[in-house]
Amino acid sequence: MTATLPEPSATLTTPVVEVNDLNVTFSSKRGRVTALDGINLSVGQGEFLSIAGPSGCGKSTLLKVVAGLTRASSGSVHLRGSSVSGPRRDIGYVFQRAALLEWRNVRGNILLQAEMRGMDKAKAARRADELIEMTGLTGFEQSLPHELSGGMQQRVSLCRALLHEPDVLLMDEPFGALDALTRERMNIELHRIWRETGTTVILVTHSVAEAVYLANRVVVMSPRPGRIMEVLDVPLGKDRNYGTTMEDPVFTQISSRVRDLLGATHAGD
Amino acid sequence: MSALDNVRRPAGEARSGRRPKAHEDLTAPTAAKPARASKWLAELWRPLVFVIILLAAWWLVTNQGWVAPFILPSPQDTWTTAVEHAAYLGQHTWITTVETVLGFLIAVVIGELVAVLMIYSKSIEKTAYPLILFAQVIPKIAIAPLFVVWLGFGMEPKVVVAVLMAFFPIVISGMAGLKSVDPEILELTSTMGANPFKTFLKVRLPASLPQLLSGLKVAATLAVTGAVVGEFVGANEGLGYVILQANGNIDTAMLFAALIIMSAMGVLLFAIIQVAEWFLIPWHASRRSTGSSAAGA
Repeated sequence: MTATLPEPSATLTTPVVEVNDLNVTFSSKRGRVTALDGINLSVGQGEFLSIAGPSGCGKSTLLKVVAGLTRASSGSVHLRGSSVSGPRRDIGYVFQRAALLEWRNVRGNILLQAEMRGMDKAKAARRADELIEMTGLTGFEQSLPHELSGGMQQRVSLCRALLHEPDVLLMDEPFGALDALTRERMNIELHRIWRETGTTVILVTHSVAEAVYLANRVVVMSPRPGRIMEVLDVPLGKDRNYGTTMEDPVFTQISSRVRDLLGATHAGD
Repeated sequence: MSALDNVRRPAGEARSGRRPKAHEDLTAPTAAKPARASKWLAELWRPLVFVIILLAAWWLVTNQGWVAPFILPSPQDTWTTAVEHAAYLGQHTWITTVETVLGFLIAVVIGELVAVLMIYSKSIEKTAYPLILFAQVIPKIAIAPLFVVWLGFGMEPKVVVAVLMAFFPIVISGMAGLKSVDPEILELTSTMGANPFKTFLKVRLPASLPQLLSGLKVAATLAVTGAVVGEFVGANEGLGYVILQANGNIDTAMLFAALIIMSAMGVLLFAIIQVAEWFLIPWHASRRSTGSSAAGA
């Protein structure tokens, strides 16, 4: 595709996700807390958007608002042009913990998505097979979650989120609990899966390398209240080799800019 | 293998002797079957030895004449009495068994239903919870006579007391189980557009089983107590009645026979639920024989 032009699809077609003047405040015992303040964001078809920020910047809240799991205090969120007012069915969600059902094997956990939605059984089974193969879970279909490593559990969670071919895949720190090596491998696989499926992805992460390697655009947020500091384009093409990308000057330049921005948010602490 | 090797291994690995790989785990259930009998023996030999020691001590104390027979009958006397009156004991055991099982089953149905209602409705929980607690703290033996007045001398008051005894642990464990569901899984199912009934059936109920089954074990033993308490305050049949009769006749051998049968009944009910646990929640951590295993990513 047109890798040289930044975010061409986002400007030309209707965005998959559109966030306008979003504010979210929570009332707690100590008073009102502003989690998100004046967020404007639009994510195009097939785009990979990373949101990086320190803890407490409301990036997870932003994902939950897009999914309809948390209410906006003011402003609007549109998914495929329709306003988000409750839990949305047209999304896939991956949490930091795999959140699998202990009593179901790998296949059963993936197919939970189909059973809950009442999808066509044969179609869902075929799709599950494809995803199991794509994520390298072949041979583990009958394993129970406790028999799998953290990385493999997260693959199952990813398959479950992709089963119904959602308009947008929302990932909240999906690899945050994995060791560095597994995390790297999962990044490479996620990049490949994103290319193969063409799904729109919003990824929330603490890791600068992860954010930049995977994304078309990186949103950097500041905490208390959660605001967007800067949005950076990542013109690294669509097919990225992990090793060479890490050493690409464009990659290092963007990464250090993100790091500087994140460092600035810590200076005030 | 040297001792040093063992030291270097991680704790989980040392316990199981080897690290099971994921593909080995797949075949584990079939491989485990022939070993079941010896596993049972390994589980049971300790309590068996303990019971034998107790019996020996009982035999010694009574046969040496250290304790008068009307205070503590000898094991032989108890056995002979039980065999001589097998039909009589059997008939009354049957009555108490029916009362107990009936009371337990009613308590399971009502208890789980109340737990579900309280989980799904805050106002029901706030209304019912204090009442249930209040009902629990009333000594059952104190209100048992009331049930005799209301329901007569038949089985009904005994079943009611058994229900009351078994109800509380079922409600509490049922609620705790239903609340133990991972909130993130519930958020996920809400994005799957599932109706609440489906979510209950496929997610909440299975997740609640480990805690619910623990409650059922407690409830089963309490149901036996409930039935016997009911019999104490007014009955002409059942093991409680047998004990009262034997007590009146200072027939301690009969009393002991009835007591042992009663305890065996509680243990049997407990064991049935334990077996149900093996079939219902083989996936649960408490049921895994070896430590955690992990496949490479």
